[in-house]
Amino acid sequence: MHRRVMHRFANPARFLRIAKPLTPWLLWSGIALTLGACLWGAFFTPTERLMGDTVKIIFVHVPAAWLGMGGWTGIAIASIVQLVWRHPLAGVSARAIAVPGATFAAICLITGSIWGRPTWGTWWVWDGRLTSMLVLFFLYLGYIALSNASSEKGDTSRVAAVFGIIGAVNIPIINRSVIWWESQHQKASITLGGSSIDQAYLVPLFVSVAGFSLLFGALVLMRMRTALAEMRIEARMRRMADY
Amino acid sequence: MPHAPFIIASFAVTGVGISWLVISSYLAMRRTEASADELRQQP
Repeated sequence: MHRRVMHRFANPARFLRIAKPLTPWLLWSGIALTLGACLWGAFFTPTERLMGDTVKIIFVHVPAAWLGMGGWTGIAIASIVQLVWRHPLAGVSARAIAVPGATFAAICLITGSIWGRPTWGTWWVWDGRLTSMLVLFFLYLGYIALSNASSEKGDTSRVAAVFGIIGAVNIPIINRSVIWWESQHQKASITLGGSSIDQAYLVPLFVSVAGFSLLFGALVLMRMRTALAEMRIEARMRRMADY
Repeated sequence: MPHAPFIIASFAVTGVGISWLVISSYLAMRRTEASADELRQQP
């Protein structure tokens, strides 16, 4: 059943019929929500007792961190689907996630470093959370290099897919790092059980996460459409060369 | 220590990073899809 549903979208033409109208909706709603949440967070949230106004960095740092980690989880799932079920779009989607994922991981690292200076008194510490996040960024760079090295455009090499699955080991390490090791980084404020963040920050934070996620979705769709168009060009050129 | 420069820098880095990503991805998509459509219409 699930295989039939999954393979219904294996046809690139069918996928494009959904992706083309969906892309502008995701993009514009993502831009609107992200801008709205950032303005709300920057100008209409109170100063925090301990961190002062630097708490406002949470509205860009946390969504970037979640999507940096979520992006690699997406790569790992797509890689499994590519290797096990040989879904033709799985490799394309994993490739499409890599650059946005790396960018969000980089944004998380940079904004975290900027936040660390006034809060901890230092730009960087080699503790579990920061180091494992930096490892994630390097994993992204490695994945991008591996998939670009593949000669088959649009269908990532098996090596890149295996790398995507093995690299997922780092995701629970990032998540648990503040529990396993002593860290300057605070413990998780939002868990499945609840949140220790005040509503005044929590609501705009969730709006920001929603906006960033929609933007991420739009970026992945745009990059998948680019990859599929490149495949069409390549196939057409090959046919023309055969005549 | 004034906090405003740190907040502005964080939002600026995020804005520049995401804007670059969105614009470059959008332009690449438009250019490649136009080339593919053009090539398809050739006899």
